[in-house]
Amino acid sequence: MKNLQQYWRTNLRYLAILLAVWFLVSYGCGILFREQLDTVRIGGFKLGFWFAQNGSIYVFVILIFIYVKLMNRLDERHGVGEGK
Amino acid sequence: MTVLTWTLIMVGISFAIYIGIAIWSRAKSTKDFYVASGGVPPIINGMATAADWMSAASFISMAGIISFAGYDGSVYLMGWTGGYVLLALLLAPYLRKFGKFTVPDFIGTRYYSQTARVVAVICALFVSFTYISGQMRGVGIVFARFLEIDVTKGVIIGMAIVFFYAVMGGMKGITYTQVAQYCVLIFAFMVPAIFISFQMTGNPVPQLGFGQMLDKLDGLSTELGFAAYTNGSKPMIDVIAITAALMIGTAGLPHVIVRFFTVPKVRDARSSAGWALLFIAILYTTAPAIGVFVRTNLLQTVPNSTYSEAPAWFKKWEKADLIKFEDKNGDGLIQYYNDKSKDADFLAVAEQKNWKGNELSIDRDIMVLANPEIAGLPAWVIGLVAAGGLAAALSTAAGLLLVISSAISHDLLKNAIKPDISEKNELLAARVAAGVAVLLAGLIGIYPPDFVAAIVAFAFGLAASSFFPAIILGIFDKRTNKQGAISGMVIGLLFTVVYIVGFKFGGWSEKNYLFGISPEGIGTIGMLVNMVITITVSRLTPPPPEHIQHLVEDIRIPLGAGEASGH
Repeated sequence: MKNLQQYWRTNLRYLAILLAVWFLVSYGCGILFREQLDTVRIGGFKLGFWFAQNGSIYVFVILIFIYVKLMNRLDERHGVGEGK
Repeated sequence: MTVLTWTLIMVGISFAIYIGIAIWSRAKSTKDFYVASGGVPPIINGMATAADWMSAASFISMAGIISFAGYDGSVYLMGWTGGYVLLALLLAPYLRKFGKFTVPDFIGTRYYSQTARVVAVICALFVSFTYISGQMRGVGIVFARFLEIDVTKGVIIGMAIVFFYAVMGGMKGITYTQVAQYCVLIFAFMVPAIFISFQMTGNPVPQLGFGQMLDKLDGLSTELGFAAYTNGSKPMIDVIAITAALMIGTAGLPHVIVRFFTVPKVRDARSSAGWALLFIAILYTTAPAIGVFVRTNLLQTVPNSTYSEAPAWFKKWEKADLIKFEDKNGDGLIQYYNDKSKDADFLAVAEQKNWKGNELSIDRDIMVLANPEIAGLPAWVIGLVAAGGLAAALSTAAGLLLVISSAISHDLLKNAIKPDISEKNELLAARVAAGVAVLLAGLIGIYPPDFVAAIVAFAFGLAASSFFPAIILGIFDKRTNKQGAISGMVIGLLFTVVYIVGFKFGGWSEKNYLFGISPEGIGTIGMLVNMVITITVSRLTPPPPEHIQHLVEDIRIPLGAGEASGH
């Protein structure tokens, strides 16, 4: 039982970290701090605009695959996985 | 060969493939029909989910909307992709472990209440029907323009095809057809984008190329009195609210959630959300590039050109009534500019040039379809785009039909009205329900209410303010009980419906927007209202029974995820 509580707490910690990044790249870089970031330019793009129209989407994809990796490892460690 | 011949070839081949797959993957049991027997590998499921998700709106309308909205269009890009992160992290693995067929199944069981189940069924039907009416219309428009037949005939052909493979194949048929449809639609979207990117920027990767066009486009836009493309004009709070409503709505859409019931394991549910978003991201990162290319092309060629010498694509779309020109100052030139600009200097210049107001109106939906013609690409590319638009609309329509038919045959008939129905009869009922739903959707497509576009705000707002909190709290908060969930769903839904109806159809003034949030974004507030009510009411009423608390503990760990079952 204790084992499972720890499993759930670790899961919640992963979620908190990943969702913080999720919030930062979209609402943060793409909307709230866009004007400040727009002063920086990369490859013709204003950085804030790039995050809003392209960058945040790349980060979203990466976040999900990181989550998959983390959770698969956590499942195995706590013996609650389903095998390969 | 002409554009028409190429279109017939491309559309004909793609339809033959869909029908072939439908025959090969006929559904034999209710489990085949509802969740493809839970045997779909994650990459395949990801691809099918991507096709299911990307509708006529994503394929046909989105790049066009962005090309007119500039930075403001970002709400769709972030909103319709960011929802997958919520889905993968907060919903998909747990719902897969729960292991039933539908979203109302989860709500009904978790909240041990037929009332909750019925409320969820009604929400699912409402969301799916509002959504599907737009799809059938999209099919009609593509047919009408490219096969040169009228919209009604186009919708009927589309209905016949969807009817055939959705009714016959169920989820199994739909999944494999959607894989084919994804390939068709992504190829059709990317080929012209790569061509045009190379033509305009010398870089074949549209995502990289469009950066160098932005300064030029900002200049062209401001010269004509529009806001600079990269700046946008919506208030920040509204941008945040709309983005959030679209994200949360995406994660709450029943036809998307149900896809995660079709994979064998919990770990597959997690990774198939990742694959789905990867496949979606290919289109969603290209769309803003197309928006920039098409807008630049338009602003470079059309303003102040001579009407009588307008290019062929211009005349064609004018015939379809999707481009309208009115020579207000009688000079024979097309004046296209922002006559509502608040910039006094700009208006003075316009006055001086004897411009008497904007003379051109362009339907935003045609931008992607007209794009290859505007850029002068070969006829086969244009045919390909038609096939891609159809693939996008048909795959989404089929996924929605399945949700509608399972809501009726499984959630209402089997679980609420006649629990002792045999599997054979349930399967028959599912097919009949799918058939009736196709007919209804087709009718809406032929006789569209004039507010189809406005209705989309509805689908997302409702999904966000009804399902999402009930599912999330059902997983992450053991204390949430049926009193809380039902009152939360009903009040969240009512709040959102009243707000949208009031401002969209009731003629309420924009000045009265709550915190300056438009109806498109109000689902976010509806969701918060729902959450607060659910949590408060749950704390004031008795906790859920013991076996429900065990159920919640059980869905939190992957171990022991059996196959999805209806019982």
